[in-house]
Amino acid sequence: MADTIRFILNGKLREVADLSPTTTVLQYLRTVEHLTGTKEGCAEGDCGACTVIVGTLANGAIRYHTVNSCIMFLPVLDGKHLITVEYLKVLAGGSLHPVQQAMVDCHGSQCGFCTPGFVMSLVGLLENTPVPSKEDIQDSLAGNLCRCTGYRPILDAASIAARKGKVHLPSDAQLLRSLQRDALLTYEVQGQKYFAPRTADELAGLVTENPEAILLAGGTDVGLWVTKQHKLLMTLIYTGAIAELHEINETDGNLEIGAAVSYTQAFEKLAAYDESMEVLLQRFASTQIRNSGTVGGNIANGSPIGDGMPPLIALGAKLVLRSAAGVRMIALEDYFISYGKQDRMPGEFIEKIIVPGKAANVLFKTYKLSKRFDQDISAVCSAFALTMDGKTIKSARIAFGGMAATPKRALNVEKYLTGRQWTDETVREAMQFLAQDYTPIKDMRASAEYRMVSAQNLLYRFYIETSEPGTKLRIYGNDG
Amino acid sequence: MTDKTVIKGGVGEAIPHDSATLHVSGEAVYTDDIREPQGCLHAYVLQSSYAHARIRKIDISECYSDGVHAVITAADIPGINDVAPVFSGDPVFAEDEVFYAGQAVLAVAATTRELARKAAHKAVIEYEELPALLNVRDAIKAQSFVGETCTMQIGDSTAGIEKAAHRLQGELEIGGQDHFYLEGQIAMATPQESGDMHCWSSTQHPSEVQHLIARVLGLSDHAVTVDVRRMGGAFGGKESQASLIACIAALLASKTGSPVKLRLDRDDDMTLTGKRHPFHAAWKVGFDEQGRIEGIEIDLAANCGMSADLSNAVVDRAMFHSDNAYYLGNARITAYRCKTNMVSHTAFRGFGGPQGLLVIENIIDEIARYLGKDPLAVRKINLYDAAGALENRCTTHYGMTVEDNILPDILARLEATGEYARRIEDIRTFNDRNRILKKGIALTPVKFGISFTLKMLNQAGALIHVYKDGSIHLNHGGTEMGQGLHTKVAQVVAAEFNVDISRVKITATSTGKVPNTSATAASSGSDLNGKAAQAAARIIKERLVDFAARHFDVEKDAIRFEKEGVRIGSQLVNFAELVSHAYENRVSLSSTGYYRTPKLHWDKEAAKGRPFFYFAYGAAISEVIIDTLTGEYNILRTDILHDVGNSLNPAIDIGQIEGGFVQGTGWLTSEELYWDEKGVLKTHAPSTYKIPTSRDIPDDFRVALFDRENQENTVYRSKAVGEPPLMLSVSVFLAIKDAIAATGKGPIVLNAPATPEEVLRAITKARSAS
Repeated sequence: MADTIRFILNGKLREVADLSPTTTVLQYLRTVEHLTGTKEGCAEGDCGACTVIVGTLANGAIRYHTVNSCIMFLPVLDGKHLITVEYLKVLAGGSLHPVQQAMVDCHGSQCGFCTPGFVMSLVGLLENTPVPSKEDIQDSLAGNLCRCTGYRPILDAASIAARKGKVHLPSDAQLLRSLQRDALLTYEVQGQKYFAPRTADELAGLVTENPEAILLAGGTDVGLWVTKQHKLLMTLIYTGAIAELHEINETDGNLEIGAAVSYTQAFEKLAAYDESMEVLLQRFASTQIRNSGTVGGNIANGSPIGDGMPPLIALGAKLVLRSAAGVRMIALEDYFISYGKQDRMPGEFIEKIIVPGKAANVLFKTYKLSKRFDQDISAVCSAFALTMDGKTIKSARIAFGGMAATPKRALNVEKYLTGRQWTDETVREAMQFLAQDYTPIKDMRASAEYRMVSAQNLLYRFYIETSEPGTKLRIYGNDG
Repeated sequence: MTDKTVIKGGVGEAIPHDSATLHVSGEAVYTDDIREPQGCLHAYVLQSSYAHARIRKIDISECYSDGVHAVITAADIPGINDVAPVFSGDPVFAEDEVFYAGQAVLAVAATTRELARKAAHKAVIEYEELPALLNVRDAIKAQSFVGETCTMQIGDSTAGIEKAAHRLQGELEIGGQDHFYLEGQIAMATPQESGDMHCWSSTQHPSEVQHLIARVLGLSDHAVTVDVRRMGGAFGGKESQASLIACIAALLASKTGSPVKLRLDRDDDMTLTGKRHPFHAAWKVGFDEQGRIEGIEIDLAANCGMSADLSNAVVDRAMFHSDNAYYLGNARITAYRCKTNMVSHTAFRGFGGPQGLLVIENIIDEIARYLGKDPLAVRKINLYDAAGALENRCTTHYGMTVEDNILPDILARLEATGEYARRIEDIRTFNDRNRILKKGIALTPVKFGISFTLKMLNQAGALIHVYKDGSIHLNHGGTEMGQGLHTKVAQVVAAEFNVDISRVKITATSTGKVPNTSATAASSGSDLNGKAAQAAARIIKERLVDFAARHFDVEKDAIRFEKEGVRIGSQLVNFAELVSHAYENRVSLSSTGYYRTPKLHWDKEAAKGRPFFYFAYGAAISEVIIDTLTGEYNILRTDILHDVGNSLNPAIDIGQIEGGFVQGTGWLTSEELYWDEKGVLKTHAPSTYKIPTSRDIPDDFRVALFDRENQENTVYRSKAVGEPPLMLSVSVFLAIKDAIAATGKGPIVLNAPATPEEVLRAITKARSAS
């Protein structure tokens, strides 16, 4: 009783029954639909040449966001509207869409290969942010690489299109509504299975029945297992169609984030913790990746360099794991046992993350460090939370990514700081204890020495930022 | 066909790229977008995992399964197993030894790419690992070179350095760079009758692809046709490197009798194909109180990888540009072409020039820091004599007279418009007041020699047809990789006939239309092909004039191609009408055109001559801010003033300048290639290899064209623009160094690329002695 995958492609209904569930949306567009405007530049969600727009029904209305089609599996489109560059002229009544026209007028293309991706990113931006700032534009393009133009004409085109743009993406949700399902989606092609449950209970049942199944959330990591590692994934269970897992709630001062909430959806609530958190999230992957990637997936994959981990650990986040047998709650840091090994038992899945509110007497900052500001995996990612009693440190929670095989707390530093005065002398001494907490490795992102020295310096930055409010620290924005 | 009085797209007009509307709508067809012919197979290349190893055995018996059509190794090549562009030594497939990690060992054609990949990985290859040379120091120790070590010299450098009041010496490491064209390497080959082969190739050099396909298949050149409509970026990476991909596709197509497409995915592209050469430089310089150079010796060691490829010419160009804009007097430049067990490094925008230029700019910077002078002052007093005021400081270390130096004017104007002096003061104040953040600034010039340094390559052909309706079919030997060459050449042709550019159809470059072309490289595309197309247009025009004079019985000089139409005596005849008449009266409306660059000569033995027709100039001021806790930085402002002669298309030229600058900035900042201790490239995709994004460009970015015509007789007195602006990015590197110098009194040692890690290391060193 296998289902078909039903979605809308550029305004027209599509039904797919015979393509492998790990076919990427990009492969589908280029080889099945012969829509070759969407390009492959990297097949890992890092260059943006494959950018498309996906419309999802939420609370009765369609929400559009840009995604990387190169790492998105086709069945994820079930019940959604996929829009490609080819549709823009149709929407604009046969002439170029204002974004396209502005790109021509500003000389925003040279070789043109990245151009459709840029166009889609900008159309996505203007759909959600009609009057964008320069920073908004750059944020929306953090995941789009151009090797020819030097970007200036593209940024100009974005500003001009924002002033002229009047063409909107379709708002009529009727067709999309007719594609929504209440029941589990089961899709199978040549032994490869794909399940999209609708409730957490269904999910719990499926995970128990299919202990070998891969849980698929945003697919920004799992997609690469196929496109880069060339693995054959036999069973996938998609968490993205479960309404409960998409909830964000604030209860008793805690922020509860469902495992399937995307980073884009969580952005605002998380950014409210601190300005530095907002900068971290801005540097966290790209708009396309944040639109797909989930908070739950970022935790579940157990990466030592997941940027969400240090701040969430420092803030004292708890993880709720669920199975058919019930739920259990653990401290987020305890989830990471060792490299590639997490505290998730067979039949379990992450249901939500509970992040405590930040008390008034807590000093909190988080910093990311990488070769490039935009969309770069951290060399070091850090977060610091000190609970203060006047000038005295009552307790400390400090966590780093990129410094060990897992995201990890700096327990020796924390211990040293606890009970001491928050002074220049204290912080300089505390910096030395980082060497007891971590033995970082050397790789293509950074040497061991740089990781250690910069980690120490980030702790020092935390001190300056919390103790010397006048000191200029930002190389982007007004401090320059 | 419209005949408006206002015609569009003549020379000098900032019209959009001819494919702009196709680019933005996704309708532009790249090689992978061409509808695949029926039965098209897909190829995959299996690469070596060792940097150096003997191949003991290749067993492909497990590779075959349903859908796998061919598995080929070196043994299956009917012709010659070599795709080297100039010398020999670039096998299609390794024979008994692999020389770099990533080298092609075998290839598979199957019904799908995934199947081909799986099949290839079933091959059992037994390797015996051998010691590998992975850096230039070891290569020099082992005397391992791909070409002769050579020297260019003028005067007596040793004496010059010894006699000088001050002396300095130092070293500089310069990293390589991946091209990161957005469209990876690709070719689709289709067998034709009688064993002929057709190939769509994403290449800057269709003629070479043609000749090499013929070579590997054992065919005559005339049996192979190669076409390219456009590339999704190239930057030198598809000059010699495209041949390997096209030849593998052709070999598999020949073997299977089916069309075969080979498209490398990003990781395979980056590990299989060559990059910009990493360099090491060691130098000694003597100078006077003012910083004027009195003697200099520079030893360059280029990491050429496992074969010569284009390295001889690349390293020559590094040597040619070791003066940049400065008269060196007593100079000796020596270069080692080191052979290592790495991918064979290749052409990349600037072609060695950037490395040579960075070395001398860094030396000037060192001199200024040593003397406590403003580096700009030291730059100015070392400049070559200005054009029109040649005295005794106008001869390069390779014996060419610099006749057209306009840098004094460019620097003076940029210094004023860029508010250089004021900003130096502002930066000093800022640095005094801030302990964590520091700013720096640098103004650096560029002088870049235009012409292929191999004289033979400086020729080009074009083919123009005028159809009976007055529409024009334009073809030339240049290829379109995004640089707007086709647009510029079409503008030249439209201007020649004085017709609207919409009359001119730009067509795919094809070896069947224009033969024996040079690569579209060395910034020469519009200089060479513009002149060739202009020549073809002029031949047709002359025939039309001859005809019209007879037909209308007027003097030839009474015939003029005007915007309104062709003025023939007192009549005004529509261009299409004249063409139609000419056809009816049996006048040939098709012509080739040809051009060769004048004035070039080079004596290889003496290392003296005139390798360049002219120089292109420019200068940039960059101001940066660095974070001394992390080494991160941001470019606050860049002002560029660049010389393109009379611009054929200002919009396209500005695009080349901005794009080149940003690409160069990537090379010198975030783009770090990382090979592990086994010589395996670990940065082979954008997740690990970081080219600039839109946030990395200067916050305030001001670009202007220096308005002066080329002193030499180029097409409309324009100048080449592809490569020179890349080197304007040296201003960013030296501005970062300037900011580091504000952190301490110790030595300022900054190597390229200046990643945040490298910057923090340099800060630590600068502070160590204070």
